[in-house]
Amino acid sequence: MQIEAIINNKKVAWEIENDELLADTLRAKGLLSIRQGCDTSCCGLCTVWIEGKPTLSCTTLSFRINGKNVTTIEGIQEEAAAFAQVLVAEGADQCGFCSPGFIMTVLAMKNELKNPAEEEIIHYLTGNLCRCTGYMGQLRAVKKYLGVE
Amino acid sequence: MNFIGKGIPKIDGISIATGKPVYTEDLVMANALVVKILRSPHAFAKITSIDTAQAENLPGVACILTHRDVPKIRFTLAGQSYPEPSPYDRYILDEMVRYVGDEVAIIAAVDEKTAVKAMHLIKVEYEVFEPVLDFEKAEGHPSVVHPEDDLHCNFDIGLNKDKNIASSKYVEIGDVEEELKKCDVVVEETYYTQAQAHAMMETYRAFSYLDHSGRLVVVSSTQIPFHVRRQLARALQIPASRIRVVKPRIGGGFGGKQTGAVEVFAAIVTLKTGQPAKIIYDRKETFTCTTSRHAMRLKVRLGADLDGTIRALDIQGLSDTGAYGEHAPTVFSVVGEKTLPLYNKTKAVRFLGNAVYTNKMPAGALRGYGATQGTFALECTVNKLAQKLGMDPAEIRLKNLIRQGETSLPYQGKLLGSSTLDKCIETGKNLIGWQEKYPSQEVGSNKVRAVGMAVTMQGSGIAGIDTASAEIRLHDEGNYTLLIGSTDMGTGSDTILAQMAAEVLETSLENIIVNAADTDVSPYDPGSYASSTTYVTGMAVVRAAEDLKKQILEHGAKFLEISPAEVEFDGKTLQTLDGNKAIGLRELAPLLVLGTGKQQLVGTATYGSDVSPPPFIAGFAEVEVDKETGKVDLLDYVAVVDCGTVINSNLARIQVEGGIVQGIGMALYEDVRYDQKGNLLTNSFMQYKIPCRKDIGTVRVAFEESFEPTGPFGAKSIGEVVINTPAPAIAHAVFNAVGVQVTTLPITPEKVFMGMGMEKAK
Ligand code: FES
Ligand code: FES
Repeated sequence: MQIEAIINNKKVAWEIENDELLADTLRAKGLLSIRQGCDTSCCGLCTVWIEGKPTLSCTTLSFRINGKNVTTIEGIQEEAAAFAQVLVAEGADQCGFCSPGFIMTVLAMKNELKNPAEEEIIHYLTGNLCRCTGYMGQLRAVKKYLGVE
Repeated sequence: MNFIGKGIPKIDGISIATGKPVYTEDLVMANALVVKILRSPHAFAKITSIDTAQAENLPGVACILTHRDVPKIRFTLAGQSYPEPSPYDRYILDEMVRYVGDEVAIIAAVDEKTAVKAMHLIKVEYEVFEPVLDFEKAEGHPSVVHPEDDLHCNFDIGLNKDKNIASSKYVEIGDVEEELKKCDVVVEETYYTQAQAHAMMETYRAFSYLDHSGRLVVVSSTQIPFHVRRQLARALQIPASRIRVVKPRIGGGFGGKQTGAVEVFAAIVTLKTGQPAKIIYDRKETFTCTTSRHAMRLKVRLGADLDGTIRALDIQGLSDTGAYGEHAPTVFSVVGEKTLPLYNKTKAVRFLGNAVYTNKMPAGALRGYGATQGTFALECTVNKLAQKLGMDPAEIRLKNLIRQGETSLPYQGKLLGSSTLDKCIETGKNLIGWQEKYPSQEVGSNKVRAVGMAVTMQGSGIAGIDTASAEIRLHDEGNYTLLIGSTDMGTGSDTILAQMAAEVLETSLENIIVNAADTDVSPYDPGSYASSTTYVTGMAVVRAAEDLKKQILEHGAKFLEISPAEVEFDGKTLQTLDGNKAIGLRELAPLLVLGTGKQQLVGTATYGSDVSPPPFIAGFAEVEVDKETGKVDLLDYVAVVDCGTVINSNLARIQVEGGIVQGIGMALYEDVRYDQKGNLLTNSFMQYKIPCRKDIGTVRVAFEESFEPTGPFGAKSIGEVVINTPAPAIAHAVFNAVGVQVTTLPITPEKVFMGMGMEKAK
């Protein structure tokens, strides 16, 4: 089937299979920041924005983005780099495989929550797994980036 | 020091964080065949017939391979230096299948859907055998997991295949039974540790193709490019010179990628078809068809004097290596090697036991590599001794532990070069508030808080075996390429090795290109495992940089027409000591590389160490236990680390935090369950719970630096030691809270709750 969508501010018309998942479609179209760590909606690695809302692309059927705005980290490189710099300065990027999905969630949180408390931050990010860093460094980076205590 | 000890950002940090295509799957060519594996539904069976005709006829199928199509040469997938201690006990595909998930056929097709469809068209018949599922019943079980005649060991590891024994170990120094008899107190306990999963976020994957000269190129998310090349050469029966293995960025390894999981399946498809081929394991395959930590039973007997001096230590172990023997003898040996030296007032120590074959997923290397299991058993027992004698567990350790400059029975006279473990314990006590909090306090509404502790050691590289080379090239523009074969899997080792080179060459990090790892280009390195990269490869890098610096001085002196002894080099300029003549590196370098000097300078070094200096950690846990439900909340974890000199303060801290949390997972959440038929039930993140952000409380890290005389800038390792303390420290805290000693990991609410019931019944 054919769908039309706005991907990273560009209009596209894509031919897709009915049962195709968004993560696969995006990767096939060259958006290689999309990573997958599971097939049970548990890890958050595949997070993109649909209409600005963080969404798991691994369990979203591609036809659902018809007529919608989709953002991947490729589309917000400047914003992503601004946070990445804080993350990297903290040493909290290890293998980095979880980072794009994590950063998409952090940036969405920044848009959504004003001055979140530590528990709110942890709660918002809890669907993003990371096996390398132990989360503490990520939390320090997020707090620095948001300028919250 | 310009670079050493600084929290320098990782050189690849921004790229990997912002989603650049730098991992294996991102680099696959568009036309690569998709490789899938048909797997055994039985835990133990023989394939009696296999019909691939229908599958082969499906349009889009490139090839289907079965046990009839592979070389009949046994090999091991363990990434170890040759001659590997692990038994050569597998074919690429075998007529016998030895666990649920064992490979039956390889399918390659133009796309995923076709490959899966073809897989369903393959008809297999099996003769099913009674599987060996309980590792405590493996020895002497009527079923023999490896009945084959061509199983091969490079040297004697105590394998006895008719009894399902993969390897066997006995070391005793002094007479343990005799000493135990003389002891005032003997404490004894048996512990069980589970087959933890690595759960790295990037699952196993590789792709392969033939290059312009017809050589096989394998790009793989691996920790061991050189070992993979050797494995492929043997398994596929082609010369190693016809194989190139390339490692891009890796999405986590933790030892899992120290075992070749997938490379051979893509490679054989490329060899058979001439086409590029890729294989990407999904999460379920990663959980069920690769490797895990070796599950173990460890019985500890510890004898001491009334004043708490530990006199005799005996650890009797049984290790479950699963269907194949990857890392079986070595992981098992490490249980004793990294525990028995810790307390050095002993008069006798012993470690013995077997690793056994069962019909379950093979075990392999996982961060800690036996030391984790051994530490849990030993430290729980030391805590039990403290309890029995009414002594403070911190005091009992300070009384017994080996100190810098001392030896220990297993060290046979060799002296410990560096340790601040005593300081780590003191600092940790202060940070956790041991004085006020030990052992426990009621906090109302049926909740009780308590603290617990454990200490541990690991190694830095494998003494006498790990040997790494490094090269540094000076380019015509005065910059450098550092060539190494170690494998940064997210640890930041490319960055810290560049820091070391920059420190010696007094240059900036931007001036050093790091190239790793490509077996066609990189100097030999066993790969990043056994906590070797900072220590072993690091020393090679330091020496290569020193070698290059010396050459720069010599050649600079030639141009200045003076003896090298009268020239100094500050990283930018070569200048005579009297300051009269000078030449910049930017001028000298082009003269050497493309001008009159006619010699491009390359610094080289090869390094191996005959010691493996242990890093140490003192770990402290504070928990809150709900007495109504048995639920354990970890509130706070303090780890104080002696890794020698800290090379990169930020990266070291994250390594510790990450390792502690992986250890917390093993302690509290990561349960491994099989059903009666040998199916792994915990095969997704729904069933197998790794810690999420909410599960860990606070993790706090401090360093007590020592200076290791044999290490680069005084450094030891850090990557593995970090995972060892959480299980025993948390178990201790739980005991102090509710009096329940959980001896089987993980410490689930059910076990705590049942334990409290038994306490009450007493
Ligand atoms: S890939 Fe794990 S949640 Fe999408
Ligand atoms: S950095 Fe490796 S999974 Fe998060």
